[in-house]
Amino acid sequence: MKIKSQQDWWAGWMFVAFGVFFILFALGTPEFIDRIVGTKLIGGYQMGSSVRMGPAYFPVVLGGMLAALGLIVLLDSIVEEGPEVATFHFRPLIFIAISSLAFAYLLKPLGLVLASIVLIFISAYGGHEFKWKEVAIMSVVLAVFSVLVFVKGLALPFPVCPDFIEVCPIR
Amino acid sequence: MEGIFGNLAIGFIEVFKLQPVTMWGMTLQHVPFNILMCLIGCLLGTLIGVLPGIGPVATIAMLLPVTFNLSPIAALIMLAGIYYGAQYGGSTTAILVNIPGESSSVVTCLDGYQMARQGRAGPALATAAIGSFFAGCVSTLVVAMFAPPLAEVALKFGPAEYFSLMVLGLVAAVVLAHGSIIKAIAMVILGLLLGLVGTDVNSGVLRFAFGISELADGIGFVTVAMGMFGICEIIANLEQKEHREIFTSSVGKLMPSKEDWKRMWKPILRGTFLGSALGILPGGGALLASFGAYTLEKKVSKYSHEFGKGAIEGVAAPESANNAGAQTSFIPLLTLGIPSNAVMALMIGAMMIQGIAPGPQVMTERPQLFWGMIASMWVGNLMLVILNLPMIGMWIKLLTVPYRYLYPSILLFMAIGVFSISNQPFDCFLMACFGLLGYVCVKLGCEPAPMILGFILGPLMEENLRRAMLLSRGDPWVFISPSKPISMGFLIAAVALLAIIAAPALRKKREEVFVEET
Repeated sequence: MKIKSQQDWWAGWMFVAFGVFFILFALGTPEFIDRIVGTKLIGGYQMGSSVRMGPAYFPVVLGGMLAALGLIVLLDSIVEEGPEVATFHFRPLIFIAISSLAFAYLLKPLGLVLASIVLIFISAYGGHEFKWKEVAIMSVVLAVFSVLVFVKGLALPFPVCPDFIEVCPIR
Repeated sequence: MEGIFGNLAIGFIEVFKLQPVTMWGMTLQHVPFNILMCLIGCLLGTLIGVLPGIGPVATIAMLLPVTFNLSPIAALIMLAGIYYGAQYGGSTTAILVNIPGESSSVVTCLDGYQMARQGRAGPALATAAIGSFFAGCVSTLVVAMFAPPLAEVALKFGPAEYFSLMVLGLVAAVVLAHGSIIKAIAMVILGLLLGLVGTDVNSGVLRFAFGISELADGIGFVTVAMGMFGICEIIANLEQKEHREIFTSSVGKLMPSKEDWKRMWKPILRGTFLGSALGILPGGGALLASFGAYTLEKKVSKYSHEFGKGAIEGVAAPESANNAGAQTSFIPLLTLGIPSNAVMALMIGAMMIQGIAPGPQVMTERPQLFWGMIASMWVGNLMLVILNLPMIGMWIKLLTVPYRYLYPSILLFMAIGVFSISNQPFDCFLMACFGLLGYVCVKLGCEPAPMILGFILGPLMEENLRRAMLLSRGDPWVFISPSKPISMGFLIAAVALLAIIAAPALRKKREEVFVEET
């Protein structure tokens, strides 16, 4: 067996995986697996009947359809020629993800100003060019801008200064 | 007819209403706040339309949290302004730089850029603006005329009809997706499933929450949209090295010549009507309209040999059509509460945030909101023509801003926006996850747009399916029984659409269209 379309091959697996995942969590783990493990792994929800559908009904039907479509895509990937999977660029991916996470988890302890500066620095590092001076200026400008617009203008309840500063000069 | 103008009058009064506003601690009496929001929306829309690399979906998602504090009407007016403003802005860069700022202005590149190269950038821009404005006026009337009767019909819809309508809408969305239809359907289903995360309304059971308390209310729509569109777009843009050249530094004289006027009025008319019609269809909107209008014009025009070499018809028709389509795609949203594309899905999100259940009852229960929004569309179009033609020089300057300045700012605003939804870091985490998922999907040739539609319709669809099945005592034939002709009609249309698309000849044609686009 030769895979003719790498793209469809992986897409197919992705859909099958999502379909199985949703069915598994909607129905719970099958009994024979529970018996092997010794406990109920995943509880699952009520299936109900077609008249009174339980919480598991719709997800199971959809999950089944998704997995079936995934299988069709898989079959297709063996039969029909298709494109390769384009290369993943991990640098922007990782830096963008980390910068938004850092912002989210630093916002409450460090305040909006520092958190936005951190976000700008990390995300800018994920790009092609990184010039310290440029990024520094940009981060300060954007931090001031976001304080003025989001905290002062739109009254979002964000802390502006870090926790450890007792008296915040900007209120 | 009189009814329409009476209703539009209500709308215009609402749009121009003076109201007290408090900002930065100051309270101002008598501020035309709604019109101000319309202006801001239009300017922002043009801005993002001009800038490649950020689309209206990400922008509207970004601004949704900002609208928490606005009145519903002001919020919707601003968001709508962004959408049709983007159509104007997108055409500017298409003509001047051969970069479609928006996907709906892709076809404008073909002839618009050629006109610019022949030194006729001014008339091309003016044609696009005039066509868009005319289309905007007509489609505002179309919305005003067709929305009330449709809403009346929709009020009679039962759960079976709603379910079938949603099926049709989702199928239509699939038709518009790039690439494989099967993958697009799979993405829709994935979206439906993700929409089910959270507390089940009927049983109170927490589904797919994995003990995470933040998931009890479900995954935020804004979070998904920003991840799948915003984050994913940024990462995809960072893959390529930056290269943007501006070939046309001066626009020259704007006014089209007499010959131009003669050649463009018919295409504008045809584009407007085709665009208005295609916009109403579920799954339709600006993109389909512009492609359709260009193809039609190429067929019927006696200058068809000039197409692709700078024919003014090739600018006039798609530009009128995309604006008309952008506006009439509000009809299904306002009357049925069903979004026809990702932008409309976000508008539904905005309405829900404001505590308005989208659907046919909006027109009768909140006439000010309904007609105010429609009136604002016309006002917005007028603003765009008046403001944008003189400001073209400024927009071009903006194009020279390097992407390395843009994306950190976009990212910061997105992070602030997502964080502010519930003031929890978890939403930002989810946004990053969906960014990752979106990136993987794009790499695997799966479009994120159908997924977002599925996501917003997921809970609605389940609810209506449950009700319909309960009413029919578990008989699945209720959806296609002769006693429910409307529901049957929707489903037949959905099947027919799928069959047509799957037909080999059309499949080829569809691939051609999308190849042209990319």
